[in-house]
Amino acid sequence: MGAFGHYLAAHFDTLKLEFWALFVGGVANGFLYGMIAVGYTLVYGVLRLINFAHSEVFMSGGFAGYFVMRALVGQSVPSGFSSVGLILLGIVASGLAGALVATLIERVAYRTLRRRNAPKLAYLISAIGASYFLFNLAGKEFGHLSVSMPQPYINHPVFHIFGAPVEMYYVIILVVSVAMFVLLDRVVATTKLGRGIRAVAQDAETASLMGVNIDRTIAITFIVGGTLGGVAGFLFGLNIGVVYTMGFVPALKAFTAAVLGGIGNLRGAMIGGLILGIFESLCVVFVQAAYIDVVAFGILVLVLLVRPTGILGERLGRSA
Amino acid sequence: MRAFLERRSLRRLLITLGVVATVELMTGPPGSNQAPTSGFSGSFGESASFFGLFRTQRWVTFFAVALVLWGLTNFWMANGARVRQRTNLVVSRPRELSQRGPVRWGFALVLLVVALLLPHIETAAFWESAMVTYIAIYILLAIGLNVVVGFAGLLDLGYVAFYAIGAYTTAWVTGALPTPALFHHPLNPFWAIPIAIVIVMIAGVILGAPTLRLRGDYLAIVTLGFGEIVTIFANNLYGITGGSLGTKPIPHPSIHLGPLKYVWGLTPVPYYYLTLAFVVLFLVVFSLLERSRIGRAWTAIREDEVAAESVGINPLKFKVMAFAIGAASAGFAGVVTASADTYIFPSSFTLQFSINILVLVILGGMGSIAGVVLGAIIIQTIQAYLTHSPPAGYQAQDLYIYLGALLITMMIFRPAGLLPSRRRKREIALSEVSHEGHLDEVLTGDDT
Repeated sequence: MGAFGHYLAAHFDTLKLEFWALFVGGVANGFLYGMIAVGYTLVYGVLRLINFAHSEVFMSGGFAGYFVMRALVGQSVPSGFSSVGLILLGIVASGLAGALVATLIERVAYRTLRRRNAPKLAYLISAIGASYFLFNLAGKEFGHLSVSMPQPYINHPVFHIFGAPVEMYYVIILVVSVAMFVLLDRVVATTKLGRGIRAVAQDAETASLMGVNIDRTIAITFIVGGTLGGVAGFLFGLNIGVVYTMGFVPALKAFTAAVLGGIGNLRGAMIGGLILGIFESLCVVFVQAAYIDVVAFGILVLVLLVRPTGILGERLGRSA
Repeated sequence: MRAFLERRSLRRLLITLGVVATVELMTGPPGSNQAPTSGFSGSFGESASFFGLFRTQRWVTFFAVALVLWGLTNFWMANGARVRQRTNLVVSRPRELSQRGPVRWGFALVLLVVALLLPHIETAAFWESAMVTYIAIYILLAIGLNVVVGFAGLLDLGYVAFYAIGAYTTAWVTGALPTPALFHHPLNPFWAIPIAIVIVMIAGVILGAPTLRLRGDYLAIVTLGFGEIVTIFANNLYGITGGSLGTKPIPHPSIHLGPLKYVWGLTPVPYYYLTLAFVVLFLVVFSLLERSRIGRAWTAIREDEVAAESVGINPLKFKVMAFAIGAASAGFAGVVTASADTYIFPSSFTLQFSINILVLVILGGMGSIAGVVLGAIIIQTIQAYLTHSPPAGYQAQDLYIYLGALLITMMIFRPAGLLPSRRRKREIALSEVSHEGHLDEVLTGDDT
């Protein structure tokens, strides 16, 4: 116990020192996971399927943002209004790309099977095929090497929280994801469209009898999830850079977040994302960076075994 | 003419054009992040020769192909039923014959003889080694995964993990890892075969026991993560696996049993026969299993888990068994790869690999042993051919694009595979018919 206790004590000291810096980074990552997780949760809500190809929605958003930044950011790092404009443009482009790719996935890999009432295994396999196809095609068209994104803003600390600097990048993530999430939450809770989504999630057959256009609702669900996933890809790429395989690990973690919060549950996706992001970030103190993915995955297995309905429970079709 | 302008026909034209444009992108020249549009513009604008007949820009050729395809689909939509009826008349007799036992055994025997003579027929150095590294090993892996996906109906996306464990076990017992060997003396890789198979089966039980309680889609994602974790560990545990630098050289296997002495060397043909022997062994064992009590239990669980449980089948027990048994052939494949390649690296055990094996199973037909073998032979021969003499503009990674597209295509047009297992085909058909008109059941169906 002595050596191990010593190890823990030493690391707890580091944790005390680094806590707020790690916490801020974890929150930012958590918001990104939450944005991707929303895509899983929405699709799961209406189709009861895990969209295995969602990672490629994320990847396409990253690339769309990358190309916009590459075209518009010049030699010097922009600041002020041009930074805001560039980021907004990047968000629009990546959201559009994400929505487009999600629609394509729905049309080709899902709707064709739905017409035929295929068994569930078939959906999983065709979605895996779609994911595999898309990321390898992206690798062919955009090269197989990772590239860093030209920075559209100067990443200086905006303010400090308990001595830990909160940089511009984190502020952007916070503002964008909270805005998009609140908007989504209100749309699903209050609009006619949101009522349609909830109705399909509760009982698709009855919803169709009540005049809800199921195909359209499912398509819109993919578009909404795809937009958030695409924007998350752009924000992620701003820091890490983009590469054709970039979707795999964040999507696996976002799925973990969705399950952790209760799959099918919008707020759960965000909460799950935050918990996972923060936890993972704090774990850096205790385990080597290479094993962080193993930790996240261990959480997934644990949640699935112990409480597969997640923290908030599977509240499909509720307004929140 | 009016029929041509019908909306449906136009829709088909658009779909055909979309598909052809996609194929054009898939087969076109690569782009790069510096010139992201070069791949797209090259795919359509580059001039290419059409089987040496004439040279023109790619889009012209492909547009012509699209029009022909569109004409064919229109013809099929109008006359498909009649054509199918006639072909059925012609092939019904051979098909019925092919289902008889003696015919099947005869066919298998002929194939075996061909397989035995193959190294003497094809003696090119590349193909001699490709027969082992590209085809025979993949047949082993495919029939193993077929036990999990085909027989038990469990989607395993981390099958590569077992292959990796098999390979690393070989390195371990032969003393090729930084960590001390399993026994005091480093063993010959030949003795690694039983040890690797046992260890891999234990790994199957350890992974399966907790995760196989999960629903089908959760299981898929968990196995996906498991495959990834094995790679992470292999990459980072420098003291145990040698990390990303790989292992020390692994010796070739040899047998010294009284009068029987044989040493495998660098030439691939002896490895081919060793692998072939085990392919036949696993084929026999797996087909016997399929017909046994265990195989029937798998079918029952796959078709209706609740019903199976109610007649006294313990689903978890049989699922774990499927995992462990399916892993066994991957373990053996790992031994052969490790000793034939001399070194192993974590980078050989990727997600790409798991998906590659899955494609072999899906193409051939889930649950159909003959189909899976056929699928493996077709795809792996193509893959070997593409590696051997790549067409202009082809990169090694392009294959994965084709495999992904193939998965979607199979699920849309022929979910039961090229040589469907009769039972599996009926299951899919039944599920499609029984759900007809009940949208809700499909959307919220519990047929995991």
